Amino acid sequence: MGVSMLNLGAALPEIFMAVSALALLMLGVFAGKDKAFRTVSWLAVAAQIVALVLVVLGDGGVAFYGQFTADAFAKFTKVMILIGSSIGIVMAMNYAERENMSRFEFPILILLATLGMMAMVSATDMLSLYLGLELQSLALYVIAAIRRDTVRATESGLKYFVLGSIASGMLLYGMSMVYGFTGSTNFAVLGDVISAGGLSVGTLVGLAFMFAGLCFKVSAVPFHMWTPDVYEGAPTPVTAFFAVAPKIAGLALFVRVAVGPFAGVVEDWQQIIVLVSILSMAWGSFAALRQDNIKRLMAYSSIGHVGFALVGLAAGTSEGVQGILVYLGIYLVMNLGTFAVILSMRRNDRMVEEITDLAGLAKTKPLMAAVTAILMFSMAGIPPLAGFFGKFYVFKAAVDAGLVTLAVIGLVTSVVSAYYYLRIIKVMYFDEPVEAFDKNGTEMNVIMAVATVILLAFVFFPNPLMDSAGVAATALLGQ
Amino acid sequence: MSDYPILSIVTFLPLIGALFVLLIRGEEANVARNSRWVALWTSGFTFVASLMLWVNFDSTTADFQFVEKADWMPGLNISYHMGVDGISMLFVLLATFLTPICILSAWEAIQKRVKEYMIAFLILETMMVGMFSALDGLLFYLFFEGVLIPMFIIIGVWGGQRRVYAAFKLFLYTLLGSVLMLVALLAMYFEAGTTDIPTLMAHGFSYNMQLWLWLAFFASFAVKVPMWPVHTWLPDAHVEAPTAGSVILAGVLLKMGGYGFLRFSLPMMPLASETFAPLVFTLSIVAIIYTSLVALAQQDMKKLIAYSSVAHMGIVTIGAFTFNQHGIEGSIFQMLSHGVVSGALFLCVGVVYDRMHTREIDAYGGLVHRMPGYAVIFMFFTMASVGLPGTGGFVGEILALLGAFEANTWVAFFAATGLILGAAYALYLYRRIVFGALTKENLKSILDMSPREWLIFAPLVIIVLWMGVYPVSFLDIMHVSVEHLVNQVETAQAAAAQAAQLAAN
Repeated sequence: MGVSMLNLGAALPEIFMAVSALALLMLGVFAGKDKAFRTVSWLAVAAQIVALVLVVLGDGGVAFYGQFTADAFAKFTKVMILIGSSIGIVMAMNYAERENMSRFEFPILILLATLGMMAMVSATDMLSLYLGLELQSLALYVIAAIRRDTVRATESGLKYFVLGSIASGMLLYGMSMVYGFTGSTNFAVLGDVISAGGLSVGTLVGLAFMFAGLCFKVSAVPFHMWTPDVYEGAPTPVTAFFAVAPKIAGLALFVRVAVGPFAGVVEDWQQIIVLVSILSMAWGSFAALRQDNIKRLMAYSSIGHVGFALVGLAAGTSEGVQGILVYLGIYLVMNLGTFAVILSMRRNDRMVEEITDLAGLAKTKPLMAAVTAILMFSMAGIPPLAGFFGKFYVFKAAVDAGLVTLAVIGLVTSVVSAYYYLRIIKVMYFDEPVEAFDKNGTEMNVIMAVATVILLAFVFFPNPLMDSAGVAATALLGQ
Repeated sequence: MSDYPILSIVTFLPLIGALFVLLIRGEEANVARNSRWVALWTSGFTFVASLMLWVNFDSTTADFQFVEKADWMPGLNISYHMGVDGISMLFVLLATFLTPICILSAWEAIQKRVKEYMIAFLILETMMVGMFSALDGLLFYLFFEGVLIPMFIIIGVWGGQRRVYAAFKLFLYTLLGSVLMLVALLAMYFEAGTTDIPTLMAHGFSYNMQLWLWLAFFASFAVKVPMWPVHTWLPDAHVEAPTAGSVILAGVLLKMGGYGFLRFSLPMMPLASETFAPLVFTLSIVAIIYTSLVALAQQDMKKLIAYSSVAHMGIVTIGAFTFNQHGIEGSIFQMLSHGVVSGALFLCVGVVYDRMHTREIDAYGGLVHRMPGYAVIFMFFTMASVGLPGTGGFVGEILALLGAFEANTWVAFFAATGLILGAAYALYLYRRIVFGALTKENLKSILDMSPREWLIFAPLVIIVLWMGVYPVSFLDIMHVSVEHLVNQVETAQAAAAQAAQLAAN
């Protein structure tokens, strides 16, 4: 299978997603617009499940003349992305109908965003990378502002759009520099040129701009400013979706760019990642200490988590990439579980989102409190819960790569971050109860239960996730 | 018998019991009653199962026994590896012995959320036993840290006035120390390619690396022991914790630090241990004298006993870093007897606290007139804490001091001074509470101990006397293992000294 082939088969899941998105759009328009919201949503979930099966069963290969690859790395991340976004749609359905947000475009936009993510984690060329990234971003801008009748949502959408465009601009500028100084946009060719000739100053500048753009997309400090506002302003199911799928896709893309074309010059970009990672971990921990709004808190928490994941990238090794992938897998489960909890915070038919609203949950809803406590302990990285292993793998990679200082700083900030996760547990267990929440939706209970079971059981069965992450990392980096 | 995975059974039986408690449904009173009984039976049965360890233990070998090994993360060369030797076996017994007592002591004191309380204690027992029997560094870390989750909940939910502050302090202090240990473990893994404890013991790290590793482990264990000046979390945690929480905290959790020194620092970093021994001695001596003085000034019974724990653990750390047979055996023995005695003292506080709901020393006085039985029991454990010959406390202290004397006379001198102060504050406490005239109105109707309370104290009294009168049955078990440890340390230190001499020539 040469590089110079169209080979559409390798991109079958993406093609399927694109076709179903368009078909669902037609369906929505002709079947009475928003009345068809629930049907379209379920069909979108079904389409993603089919795509998931196609991804898992697909035998990979390179497509579009070397612009696109469906390797094990892409497969692993696509599975996570598809799980994240399909559950994102499921979580949104009841909320949307209750809160007057049931526009049929919503699931379709999520489908398109997911398609963009799938394309970008498979990209092996800067052009396809940009194409995927922009498809994703444009869909996300609209999703953020999907409740166009509320000021907060539109503000957050607009903020996200303006800042996101600047980031895309930086990324594009960096890519043009790299292209100008190396003469190619293809990752493989770039890799050869850079490994052979070293990093010229122009390429270095391009690299820095590209990394800045990517840092924005994954909301790493100092390019994180948009995150808390967008998380808080967007409707909660949208926040849930933002916290999971785009983060995973962004980090996967970051990894692909860093250890792909720039694999030969790890020392040159390692320091950037180390710095960004330390800043993200520290800011994610310290700034979250004073948050009272749980969505804002989750925004800072996600900034911190990105910092931890980047520790694995800083190592620049196959082991580090494996660590990131394991981390992301666990992050996915923890976040979906936590947002299922947040989406269940309804009192007298209204969503509440202050941490104090959780007071005394252990009395009013003991099971939900226990689930939340497990999620929070896991987020804080306390063994034997899964969250600990995520941290363990990335820090192990960092120590192996000689980055002991980074590991020490990272783990100390994780103690700081433990404080605000514990605070939630404290509010639930130690404080006197306020009025009970409304009854949970079944889908939320199922998501919470599954997430909890996975977090508890991971210690007994760590190998499936680890091994497939290992295969994915090997596909990207070789042994 | 040895075909059964006894260690895993002892470790995970409480967890299974916790699952059963979790499934209990129905009316609140029924749930509470059933949870108590299930928890008591589970922990009682666990204790019986752990006795099988003792019965089948071979005290003529220093090898790990009841070893179980299974693949866990084969890709990383990390396995589920369990086993005990003469050092750790007794700690497993200590944990399984104290847990049923704790559950029994909470029978009436805990009235709200009984089910959750029992679950937390059973999970705690799994973590404690697992920690003492883990033979893999990561597994050890898992249990070591996992203890924090139930402990945080126990203090935070069932604790006193400032429970939230105490729970956070305990959690964050310990976590900060532990993450440094995690880094050290990762570094060891990087160096030796495994986290298997027996392999790491035989690895022989370079001196330079040992220094860093030792400091990182020290950060974690010193907080846990706790050593001065990182002991401040302990009084808070003790004061705010419910009685049974204090018992477990003083009885078992503090021993995790001392055990860690013996399991990691000494055998894996013998040279660094030698280098840092003066530091440990200094901190321990400061701890003994300073906290004894602080204890004298306390108005709160639990706080006083908490400070006395810090002082007693100072003897433990001194004993461990003497690197001789007496010192280390004394250190282990002291941990065991302190585990039982301080646990019993907290239970004594619990007895009066359950009646009067105050821990202020001034609120009591003259209890002997109304509670003669209590006065006897309290006296007995006060004496054991002081180290009266014939009680367990004496044997541990004398051995540790003997070891210290062999290593450094001045250390022994200062440590012995602490014992005098110890007698002072313990007897002072006893006098203020039990003796004197019974003048306070509300004390005039106080009742002596109930049969249940007698039942709780009986085994503790027996064990303390046994340890004091016939310590050989405990010392025999640890003897060969300690000898092996001492040899290991001495060989490494001698080899290093020889190498240094060669280099000098």
